[in-house]
Amino acid sequence: MFYREAGQFKTSYAADMAIFPIRQDRIGLALILLVAFVAIPATGNAFLLETMMIPFLILSLAAIGLNILTGYTGLLSLGSAGFMGVGAFACYKLATYFPHVNILIWIVVSGVASSAVGVFFGLPSLRIKGFYLVVATLAAQFFLDWAFARVPWLYNYNDSGAIEVSTATLFGVPVTGPNATPATRYLVALTIVCAMAWIASNIVHGRIGRMWMAVRDMDIAAELIGIRLFRAKLLAFAVSSFYIGVAGAMMVFLWLGAAEPEAFNIDLSFQLMFMIIIGGLGSIVGAFFGAAIIHLLPIGLRALPAALGLNIAGATVEQLTFMITGALIIIVLIVEPNGLARLWQTTKRKLRVWPFPY
Amino acid sequence: MSVLYAIFVDPFAQMAAAPDLLAQTIWEGLVGGVLYALIALGFVLIYKASGVFNFAQGIMMVFAALTLVGLHEKGVPAWVALGLTIAAMYALALGVERLVLRPLVNQPDIMLLMATFGLTYFLIGFGELVFGGNPKTMITKELWLPDGAIDLHILGGTVTLQKLDIAAAAIALAMVAGLGFFFQKTRIGRALRAVADDHQAALSVGISLEQIWVVVWFAAGVVALATGIMWGARSDVSFALQVVALKALPVLILGGLTSIPGAIVGGLIIGVGEKLGEFYWGPLLGGGIERWLAYFIALAFLLFRPQGLFGERIIERI
Repeated sequence: MFYREAGQFKTSYAADMAIFPIRQDRIGLALILLVAFVAIPATGNAFLLETMMIPFLILSLAAIGLNILTGYTGLLSLGSAGFMGVGAFACYKLATYFPHVNILIWIVVSGVASSAVGVFFGLPSLRIKGFYLVVATLAAQFFLDWAFARVPWLYNYNDSGAIEVSTATLFGVPVTGPNATPATRYLVALTIVCAMAWIASNIVHGRIGRMWMAVRDMDIAAELIGIRLFRAKLLAFAVSSFYIGVAGAMMVFLWLGAAEPEAFNIDLSFQLMFMIIIGGLGSIVGAFFGAAIIHLLPIGLRALPAALGLNIAGATVEQLTFMITGALIIIVLIVEPNGLARLWQTTKRKLRVWPFPY
Repeated sequence: MSVLYAIFVDPFAQMAAAPDLLAQTIWEGLVGGVLYALIALGFVLIYKASGVFNFAQGIMMVFAALTLVGLHEKGVPAWVALGLTIAAMYALALGVERLVLRPLVNQPDIMLLMATFGLTYFLIGFGELVFGGNPKTMITKELWLPDGAIDLHILGGTVTLQKLDIAAAAIALAMVAGLGFFFQKTRIGRALRAVADDHQAALSVGISLEQIWVVVWFAAGVVALATGIMWGARSDVSFALQVVALKALPVLILGGLTSIPGAIVGGLIIGVGEKLGEFYWGPLLGGGIERWLAYFIALAFLLFRPQGLFGERIIERI
C-alpha cells in the first residue's frame, strides 16, 4: 500500500544501481538507525542492552565476516571462533603493552592480527577445496583453541588463565571494563558494526565482491576469465578474518568483560555457521537476521515457559533449544535454501505489486 | 642448537632407549586409530552412496551408545536393548531419508552438509532430552566384551594389551570384511555401488534411490552403534565423545572420502602419528597437542595429494 515506487524515476546509472533504489527502503533504514541509535539506548534497560542487543550486534559482525568467506567466496570455514579468539587476545595484549592508546584503535587493529592468522590458515585453500577445506579450518580452530589455553604469554601469566578487561575511556567516558554503562558500550558497538557493515556492503557490491562471487560459482571458470584465484581467496580470508577478529575483540571488551579460552571453542564456530545458513548465504542483511534468530531465539525460549506459566526445568529448555535450532536449520534449507534474506526480498517484491500477484 | 636437538634427536634417542615404551605407544595409537577408522567408515558409506558429507556421524555414534545404555538402565536386558537400538537406528535412517534427504534432493552438496549440521544439533538436544546429559557407563560385561589385560614380555620390558582393545580391533576387522562382502556380492550392495557411480544412471535402470539411502544410513547407524560401544567402553558415554568423533574428519580426508581401505589406513596413520607426537614431542609444547596434531598430519598429506591417499582423482571440468 505504502510500498510503491510509482513516481520515483531513476535518471542516472548510479541511481539505478543503488543498493536501496526505492525511497521507502531508505526511509525504513533511516528509521531503523534512528531507533537503534536513539530510542534503544534511551529507553532500554540493562537486560535488553547487555544480554540481547550488544551480543546481537557483535555476532552479526562476526557473521558478516564469515559470510564474506563462506557466502560470497564459497570457502567453508569452521575456524571462526578461533579467529575471534585471535582478535580478542591480540587486543588484550596490545592494550596491556600500550595502555594509553585509545582502546577503539586496538579493537580495530586487533583485526589485522586475526587477518594475518586467517591468511596463514587460508593458504591450504589454494590447493584443497570443499569438504577438505573444512578440515583445514578445523585445524586452525583446534590449534588456536589449544594455544589460548597453553601459551601463558597470551593471558599475561595470570593464575586464572582468563583475560580480563580494564577500564578504558573515550572522551573521558569509560567504554570498557566494569565502570562502563551498558548504554555506552552498546553505542560504541553499534557505531563500529554500522561502519563496518557499510564498508562490507560496499566491498561485496564492487569489483572485489564480484570477483569473489565468480570464484564461488566456479573457480576454474573464474580463473579462465582472468581472476587470480590466489589473490581472490587469500583476500577473502584476510577480509573475513579481519571482521571476525574485530568481532572477537568486541566480544571480550564490550560484551563479556572477561573471557576464558573456552569462550572460543568450536560451538561458537558452529553457531556462526548456523547464523549465515539461516540468515542467508551471500547477504549482509542476512547476517543480521541470522544473528537475531540464533542469539535471540534461545533467550525467547528461556523466557517462554515462565510467561506461559509452565514449569519446565532449565535443562529441558536448553535441550529443546538445541532441537529447535537443528530443526530450524533443516526447515530453512528445505523451504528457502537462500535463507531469510531471500525471504525478505521475496516479501518486498510481493509488497510492491500488492494486491496483484505480479 | 639445543632446540634442534630436542626436536630432532632427543625423541628418537628416547625411542631407542626404551623400545617397550615405543611399542606400547604404537599399540595405543593403533587402537585409537581403529576407532577413528570405524567412525570414518560410517562417513565413507554415506558419502559414497549419496554424496552427503554426513557431519552427524559422530553424534549418531553417541546417540546409538546412549540409546543402548539408556534402555539397559530402564531395565531392558542387554541383548534386547541391542536389538532395540538397531531398530532405533533403522527408524533414524528412515526419518532422515524421509524428512531431510528427500526434500533436499538435487541441492548442492554444501546444502546437504549444512542439513547434517542441523541434524547434529537436533540429535544432541533429542538425546539429552530423552536420556539426560550425564555421562553413563557402557554395559561391557552384559555384552560379553572381555576386560582385563594381557602383558607381553618383549623388548626388554612389558607391553600391556587391553583385551577390550583387541576385541575392538577384531570387531572392526569383521565389520570391514562384512561390508566388503555386502558391497561386492549382494544384490543391494551392487545397487549401492551403482548409485555411488552415477545417480541418474542408477535411477534409469530401476534402482530406488530412496531405498538405497535408507540402507546406507542404516548401515552407517549400525557402524555408529559398534563404534559407540567401543568408545563408550574406553571412556564414559557422553556428548563429549562427539568432539572425539570430529577426529574422524582428518582420517577421512587423509584416506580419501570414497575409499573404505583409505578410512582404515588413514585411521591407523592418524592414530599412531598422534600418539607418537603427543608422547615424544608433546612435552616440548606443553602437552595436549593431541587435540590438533591429527588435523595437521592430514593437512600435510593433503598438500601433496589433495584427494587423499586412496581417493578418486579429482577431475575438474568447466
